[in-house]
Amino acid sequence: MVKPGTLILTVAARLLLPLQLLFSLFLLLRGHDEPGGGFIAGLVAAGAFALYLFAFGLRAMQAMLKVSPRDLIGMGLLLGVLSTVPAWWVGDPFFTAQWWTIPIIDFKASTPLIFDIGVYLVVLGSVLTAISALIKTDHENQPDPEEATWNP
Amino acid sequence: MQLAVLMGFLLAAVAPLLHHWFGGHTARVIAAYPALVAVWLLGLAPEILAGETLLLEWAWVPGLDISLTFFIDGLSWLFAMLITVIGAMVLVYAGEYLRGHRDLARFLVIITAFMMSMLGLVLADNLVTLFVFWELTSITSYLLIGFNHTDPEARKSALQGLFVTAGGGLALLAGFAMLGVAGDSWSLVELNAQGEALREHALYAPLLVCVLLGAFTKSAQFPFHFWLPNAMAAPTPVSAYLHSATMVKAGVYLLARLHPSLGGTELWVITLSLVGALTMATGAFLAIQHTNIKKLLAYSTVMALGTLTMLLGIGTDGALTAFVVFLLAHSLYKGALFMVAGILDHETGTKDVTAMGGLRSLMPRTAVVAAVAAVSLAGLPPLLGFLGKELMFKAVLEAEAWRWLILLLAFTAAFLTLAVAAVVVLRPFAGKRRETPNTPHDPPGDMLVGPALLAGLSLIFGLAPGLLDGLVSVTASGIGASEVSAHLTLWHGVNLPLILSLASLALGILVFRHWDGVRSALGRLEPLMARGPEACYEGMMRGLVTVAEWQTRMLQNGYIRNYLVMTLLVLLGLVGHALFFRHSPSFPFSLDAYFHEVVTAGLMVAGAVTACVMRSRLAAVAAVGIMGFSIALTFVLFSAPDLAITQLLVETLTVILLVLVLFRLPRFATLSTTMERLRDLVVACLVGTMVTLLMLSVLGGERLPRISDYMVENSQPLGHGHNIVNVILVDFRALDTLGEMFVLALAAIGVHAMMRFHAEEYDAKPSAPSERYDG
Repeated sequence: MVKPGTLILTVAARLLLPLQLLFSLFLLLRGHDEPGGGFIAGLVAAGAFALYLFAFGLRAMQAMLKVSPRDLIGMGLLLGVLSTVPAWWVGDPFFTAQWWTIPIIDFKASTPLIFDIGVYLVVLGSVLTAISALIKTDHENQPDPEEATWNP
Repeated sequence: MQLAVLMGFLLAAVAPLLHHWFGGHTARVIAAYPALVAVWLLGLAPEILAGETLLLEWAWVPGLDISLTFFIDGLSWLFAMLITVIGAMVLVYAGEYLRGHRDLARFLVIITAFMMSMLGLVLADNLVTLFVFWELTSITSYLLIGFNHTDPEARKSALQGLFVTAGGGLALLAGFAMLGVAGDSWSLVELNAQGEALREHALYAPLLVCVLLGAFTKSAQFPFHFWLPNAMAAPTPVSAYLHSATMVKAGVYLLARLHPSLGGTELWVITLSLVGALTMATGAFLAIQHTNIKKLLAYSTVMALGTLTMLLGIGTDGALTAFVVFLLAHSLYKGALFMVAGILDHETGTKDVTAMGGLRSLMPRTAVVAAVAAVSLAGLPPLLGFLGKELMFKAVLEAEAWRWLILLLAFTAAFLTLAVAAVVVLRPFAGKRRETPNTPHDPPGDMLVGPALLAGLSLIFGLAPGLLDGLVSVTASGIGASEVSAHLTLWHGVNLPLILSLASLALGILVFRHWDGVRSALGRLEPLMARGPEACYEGMMRGLVTVAEWQTRMLQNGYIRNYLVMTLLVLLGLVGHALFFRHSPSFPFSLDAYFHEVVTAGLMVAGAVTACVMRSRLAAVAAVGIMGFSIALTFVLFSAPDLAITQLLVETLTVILLVLVLFRLPRFATLSTTMERLRDLVVACLVGTMVTLLMLSVLGGERLPRISDYMVENSQPLGHGHNIVNVILVDFRALDTLGEMFVLALAAIGVHAMMRFHAEEYDAKPSAPSERYDG
């Protein structure tokens, strides 16, 4: 069904992807004080990759992503669980937020931030897993001769 | 000690590795571990015999008052000794019995894990810890009964054992919870110190019933006795260890342990002594009908467990002394006999005692061991079993409730057991030589050392019962209230118990002589037996399956529309009930809305209605999209930018996903009848109305404190963030978010699996090798 795309779509996707990803990182990092956060940022990033996928096809998207979306889910869950550990280290109850200030750049690092990055990765990975699963069966069911030879 | 148990579990985990290194010697290597523990326990003997109680504290979950504290008194010590000593022997024995079996490593893992669970069970001071170990023994027992998992009969028996004991375990959990509430403590030491208060507590009767259910199922008391003989599907070392010497005694252990806190009331005395006596007689009566040597022994174990329960029920000083002696005697001779049964099975290739005969010349050493152990089972001097039986008769004569009925049942059990003992040893070893599938000879030393040692101990303790005085006194006084000082002697002079023993000897010999006739006579009772407790169990299991099928058809039929209707109706009922009957709601209502709010709401309603009536999917999706964007607009209007952004993004991604799904769906068709659609309309309207009323009542009446105030106030000071929504998500309620992350991940993996497998089914081609994203 998804035939990699028209000229306008490909050009737009190519230009928009870095912008969208930057925007998603921006949303992720500002999330604690301004509207944003891991969930929203993850959705934005997923949207970016989905657009790229529609423009260039599944393989190109996978190449761009480098890792399997399912691995992203795993990494996200791991980060989420790891962010609970520092509290144990200092003897606080499970999941108590820990805050550190990194001196020179004056950046506030914290376990909620690590947790938020975990949320980001899980959301991104989940949406992309679902989308690629839907697209893939599509390809398997109706092998498209064009698809096989097509090269961006 | 806690470390010893935990290390044991570790040992169980690495057993396959050891098997890899040591091959056929693994069992012996592992057996060294319980032997070491036994030596360590033996080192504690002077303190234990002096009547001291060792309390080894170990915090586990201090916030919930759950500790891994162990305490060792006479009773725990005796049980721990039995578990480790018999455990070591059974391991050595099993190494030979299962030599070359392809699953030997698995067997060693499970049996070592069982051993440690059992050790934890008898040493635990905390009710919760005890329960954990209790259930662990049930699970490991299940795995061991079903060890030959290719045999459907073994699987069925394993499941039966698990259902019965785990079902009782649930009752026990409830009983423990009530006990913990009634005594305001989870510690057995503390509970036993306040027996008076517990026995007068309002919860006493229900908690006792629950605890007894747990103990009776575990210890195979009537009417739950049927699982134990079926458990003989397990390899014989397992039968010798779990189903005679240790696990089935866990229930009896628990009763003895709780005797100081719960025992002595009328309910306790009557229930335990009657159930025990009935179990005794039933076990002995059923034993005599079987020719399979393992079944014979299993039913006589049921009889012994009944005896122990009955003695705890009688509860006098004499009865408690008898309890300890009988417990020890039974573990020694029954362990030995089971291992002998395993040898016979191994060597002759049959378990049927009527098919064996004249083996004494071929297996002289086995014959001696079997004879000693069987004499103890029969309760003849000079073995420990004789002492146990004499003391038992003496205790029964002291019983306060139902004395003559109990005596009659005990006497019946005694002479039938004597006949069973004679059958077990005389049929295979004496008489004419009979051809068996294999030509038997004495087994290797590894298989004989265990039973020989156990039988030897029976003999030594029988000849010199004074050796046990200290242990029996300490243990019996630990169980009972008053100080008991036992002086065991083999010869009591001519008294009523001795006369009863002589009478049972005569009757037992009579039954043995006419065993074949007795069996065929009892065979006529078969139709009656078929209606026993086991038939009830079978019926219950069939009923369970029927109900499960029915409710799956009703509730889980795979149509999402039915799930939705069901869920919404339940929601409607529960929330509606709470709203209208539990509160008196007021619905303040005013129409002073701004124009743009009305437009947004109107758009939402229009979108919803359009989606319902459209006959094209694309149009319906578009309509739902309108609804979603209107909702996002509402969030913007009420200044919730986070929610608005999320809603917009979700709507966008929904469109993407729907586009991918839409074209693959079958043609649009009308599957539901008009009536069903009407029903759905009614449900939808009702739910909509109710939610509206709910919102109105929540907004109208400020009767509950607002939880958001806390979040608003503490977001910056505690969470270091100005975005309250995000602080709630990643800090205040991070655990919820973590749970949702897992749900999301599972959903994605579910989609992946579903689409993949569906595609494979569709294409009917083998699964592609796992793809790699290496570009």
